[in-house]
Amino acid sequence: MNQPNTLTRIEDPAMAEIQPQQAQPTFSATEPAPEGHRTVGKITVDNPKMSARDVNVYYGEKHAIKHVELDIGTNEVIALIGPSGCGKSTFLRTLNRMNDTIDICRVTGNISLDGQDIYDRRLDVVQLRARVGMVFQKPNPFPKSIFDNVAYGPKIHGMTSSRAELEDLVRWSLEKAGLWHEVKDRLEQPGTGLSGGQQQRLCIARAIAVSPEVILMDEPCSALDPIATAKIEELIDELRENYSIVIVTHSMQQAARVSQRTAYFHLGDLIEVGETEQIFTNPEHKLTEGYITGRFG
Amino acid sequence: MSVSTDGHTVKRYDQQLGDLRSLVLEMGGLVEDQIQRAVQALQDEDLGTAREVIARDHVVNGFDVRADEEVVNLLALRQPVGSDLRLILSMAKTVTDLERIGDEAQKIARMVTHIFDGSSAPNQKLLRDVAGMAKLAANMLHGALDALARMDVDRAIEIACGDEELDTEFQSALRRLVTFMMEDPRTIGHAIDVLFMIKALERIGDHAKNIAEYVVYLVKGKDVRHVSIESLSAAGKG
Repeated sequence: MNQPNTLTRIEDPAMAEIQPQQAQPTFSATEPAPEGHRTVGKITVDNPKMSARDVNVYYGEKHAIKHVELDIGTNEVIALIGPSGCGKSTFLRTLNRMNDTIDICRVTGNISLDGQDIYDRRLDVVQLRARVGMVFQKPNPFPKSIFDNVAYGPKIHGMTSSRAELEDLVRWSLEKAGLWHEVKDRLEQPGTGLSGGQQQRLCIARAIAVSPEVILMDEPCSALDPIATAKIEELIDELRENYSIVIVTHSMQQAARVSQRTAYFHLGDLIEVGETEQIFTNPEHKLTEGYITGRFG
Repeated sequence: MSVSTDGHTVKRYDQQLGDLRSLVLEMGGLVEDQIQRAVQALQDEDLGTAREVIARDHVVNGFDVRADEEVVNLLALRQPVGSDLRLILSMAKTVTDLERIGDEAQKIARMVTHIFDGSSAPNQKLLRDVAGMAKLAANMLHGALDALARMDVDRAIEIACGDEELDTEFQSALRRLVTFMMEDPRTIGHAIDVLFMIKALERIGDHAKNIAEYVVYLVKGKDVRHVSIESLSAAGKG
C-alpha cells in the first residue's frame, strides 16, 4: 500500500476534482444518439405480452421513433420516461394503433400481442383496442351517466346477454377501479360531474370493463392532486395482478413508485431499459443518469 | 454505471450536495487531527493535549448531527436518485463511521490520561506497537478520505484491502502484550490500557475500510461490504 509518511489533513474538498472512473458514452442531451445506437439493458422478458421489434415511426419526414425494440411483460408495469418530444407517447400509441388516425404517421417494424402482429391488415383494430385499452392524460368520460360510461364498451362488444349481467360487470369494473363505494348511489348521474380523480378512475373502469389484457396509460395523473394520484397509483398496483400496464409519466417519483421496469427514451431512441430499482439507483447510461437526476440544461 | 459531472438544473441542489461533501470532508479532517493529537499526547506524555482531545469530541459529534440534518433535508426535499442518491447515502454512512473514529480517538486520549496520571510510568516496551499501528490506521483514514474527495475507486480498493495489515499488526501486538503480562503481572494495569489503545486503532482501520467501501458504492454503484478481497479487487475492474 502506498502510504504517505505523515498525518496530514485532507486537502480542501472544494479543490477536489470529481473524476469518473470510466469513459461514458459521448452523447449530448440535445443531440440524438448516433446511428446504430443499441439500447442499454435487457429489452426482453421471460413472459412477454407484447413485443416491439425494430419499430420506427415517421410523422411525414420526421423520424420520431428509431429502431425501438422492447418487450412488455405479462403482469408487469413498465414506465416510459424521457423529456418532452422523446417519443415515449408516440411509442405508447403504436401499441394499440392509435397512430392510425394520424394521416402523416407511418409505422414500420413489428409489434406483436401474444405473438400476433397487431399491424396485420386482417386484424380488427376495434378488437385490438379492446384487448389493449388506453387511459389518457386528461380524464375524458363520455357525456353519459356513470353507469353508461362503463357499460358502453361491453354493450358494443356484445359481452353480456342480460341487464343483470351488465350490471354485475359495471359493478365489478367500478370496484376494480376503486370507485364503486363512491358512486354506487348515483350511477345515473353524469360521469362528467365527478371530481378529476374520480373521472380518471371512471375512465380506468371503462377501460377494464371490456376485459383488456394490456392497459396503456398516458400521463394518467398529470391533472390530478396528490391524493387522487395516490389512489390511481394504488389502483395500478392492484391491476398489475391481472393486466400488463404501460405508463408514460413525467414524474420520476411516480415511475419509481409504480413500475417494475423503466425504459428511458431520448429524441426517438430507446436509450436504456432495466429494473426500475436499477434505473433509479445506478443507471448505466450517462443520458439516463442526466435525465433522472435533473442534469439536462 | 454512470456518475454525472454536469451541473444540476437546480443549482441550489448542486450547492447542497457540495455543502454536504464539504461538511463530511471537514469532519474527516477534524477526526484525523483528533487521532494525531491523541497519539502525539501518548508519545509526549502530554496530559493537557490528551484532555483537549477528550473535550473536543463534542465538536466531532456536532458535525455528525449537522451532517445528518443535511442528509434528512436532501432526502425529504430533493428525492434524490441515481448518483445523487448514492452520494447522499455514502456521505450519511461515512459520517457515522467518522463519528465512531472520533470516539476511538477520544478513547486513546482517555487511556493516555490513565497511563500517565497514575503513580508509576509504564514500561516503554508496552508502548512499542502503538506508534506503528497508529501510523497505519491514520494512513488508512487519510487514504479513504482522499479517495472519497477524488472519487478514486482504485485508491479506495487499495485502502480497503490494506485493513488486513492492520489486523495482523493488532494480533501480533496483542500476543506481545499477553507475553508481557504473563512475564510480569505488575504490568497488567498498564498493559490493559495499551490493549484498549491498540484495539481502538484496529477499529479505526475497520471504519476507514468502511469509508473506502462507500467510495466504491458511490462511484460504481456496487456494494462491496462483507466480500472477499478477491471480489473487492474485482469490483474496481468491473
